[in-house]
Amino acid sequence: MKKFLTILIFILIPVKSFGLIEVDITRGNLNPLPIAVSPLSIDEESRKNFQNILKKKNIGSEISLIVENNLKVSGLFNPLNKDAFLQEPDIANLKPRFEDWNLIKAQALITGKVTYVEEKLRVEFRLWDVLAGKEMMALAFTTVPNNWRRVGHIITDKVYERLTGEKGYFDTRIIYVAEEGPKTQRVKKLAIMDQDGANNKFLTLGNELVLTPRFNPTSQLVTYLSYFRNLPRVYLLDIETGTQEVVGDFPGMTFAPRFSPDGKKIIMSFAKDGNSEIYTMDLENRIVEKITNHPSIDTSPSYSPDGKFISFNSDRSGYQQIYVMKSDGSNVKRISFGKGIYGTPVWSPRGDLIAFTKLHKGKFYIGVMRTDGSGERLLTENFYQEAPSWSPNGRVLIFYRETKTDSKGKGFSAKLWSIDLTGYNERQVPTPTDGSDPSWSSLLSN
Amino acid sequence: MKLSKILKNGFLIVVACLALSACATSKKSTGQMQGDVYTGTDTVEYLASGVPDRVFFATNESVLTTASRETLRKQAAWLRKNSKITIVLEGHADERGTREYNLALGERRANAAKDYLMTYGISSDRISVLSYGKERPVDSGSNPLAWSKNRRSVTVKAN
Repeated sequence: MKKFLTILIFILIPVKSFGLIEVDITRGNLNPLPIAVSPLSIDEESRKNFQNILKKKNIGSEISLIVENNLKVSGLFNPLNKDAFLQEPDIANLKPRFEDWNLIKAQALITGKVTYVEEKLRVEFRLWDVLAGKEMMALAFTTVPNNWRRVGHIITDKVYERLTGEKGYFDTRIIYVAEEGPKTQRVKKLAIMDQDGANNKFLTLGNELVLTPRFNPTSQLVTYLSYFRNLPRVYLLDIETGTQEVVGDFPGMTFAPRFSPDGKKIIMSFAKDGNSEIYTMDLENRIVEKITNHPSIDTSPSYSPDGKFISFNSDRSGYQQIYVMKSDGSNVKRISFGKGIYGTPVWSPRGDLIAFTKLHKGKFYIGVMRTDGSGERLLTENFYQEAPSWSPNGRVLIFYRETKTDSKGKGFSAKLWSIDLTGYNERQVPTPTDGSDPSWSSLLSN
Repeated sequence: MKLSKILKNGFLIVVACLALSACATSKKSTGQMQGDVYTGTDTVEYLASGVPDRVFFATNESVLTTASRETLRKQAAWLRKNSKITIVLEGHADERGTREYNLALGERRANAAKDYLMTYGISSDRISVLSYGKERPVDSGSNPLAWSKNRRSVTVKAN
């Protein structure tokens, strides 16, 4: 994990801001931008060196495949078939023959070069506007060879940012709960993977039930619920060192943990005598504060990105609804007033929206509303789905969905799904086992 | 799994049904619900002869029904007779709610049972509460009858 810090990025040529191609991500994109991702060129000696180290025949092609897949899955781009490319990768990177790329209807082109420099992987890449015949961006990085997948994600982030005007979300990871076994006796493990499903790792063995892992936005810490020794408690796990500890000393179940935006506090629920209240614990001085005080179920707290407000769900009106309060617990206001039950509010990293789960007439929805409850928009409807988590740029939501079993109780599955804020581009996120409770990390590099 | 638990507890009494899934299908049409509270015996085990181990709840509710109170009075009488026994009340919810809310709801249901046992003379020292939310359904079906069986508080011997 420390290796992440060793990636150096520098700009080869200052980025000029011409009025070149742009991708609008505020609407459902039915015409994804045709883009050609030329395989990154590589000299024979570098190729052999990387083949030895990484067991990949051509690391330049492998990296470009990651970029291509990311762009495709984003729904905003249409990577063109490489068989149609007329120009060789090395020559294209020096000076693309724009007429050739224009001929296959590419509007943008990515080229690049990989070299082996002092046991490191050096990558440079360029983004070209084919119609204008101009270079839009050129960057180079050097990192340890094992980071090659991340290089692909960082290239995608840079291209996405240049073309959409917003930060990307590709050099990120997902922590989630991997599930196996029959529905009545599910075995659950914490698992972590890259956002594209690669590098899946299990972090617990499945000996105890684990639920709702969430990333710290600023570090390699994760908070989650574990039934270790049949005592459901909120835990803190350092995914670099593997050390874990119970959060606080509560005489009962603590659950529904999340970090504050500065990463210094954990906010969670504590259930006692049939009443769940929201508490915070400062991770530095261990001071515990009670935030809500009401004889109803108050849970699923989530901070606003500036840390000034907390959204949560409560059944104080009789049914689960979404409320917002100041972070000291004052000024509690109900914001959900539509038909149905509302839960799991999560504040967008952009601050303007709250994503939620809604149950109405036997269907579950993932939706968003403004932070005052206005402008409710439902993005997807299903038999069962819940627990949205935002991509760090606030453009995509990841959540999980469970299937209905048949009359014999068979056919259960739980899978991770993602959908754009626009309501378009709904996709299953690949996981080796069933999965639930996904949480999206911040960008690993910036 | 079920069997080993029963053997371990030293009880081998009327077991309504060992193969739960088979049961769910064969008895599905008998309509063992009042409102949406389960009133059947499919999944019920017994702490002692005539002492059912669980009570059932309506959707989103933690209010004890008349039948639940009767069951808990039987449990209280049994606990008074067996004063060394300690118990865990395991509260559960059906799958039709968000995970976190269901954890709270399971805790609330188990505490409703605990409070009632306490009013019948059982010391809180002998009772612990554990919520499983929707994590441990007893019936894997996705239908109102299965859900009604899963909305429950189960009294489990702890020693």
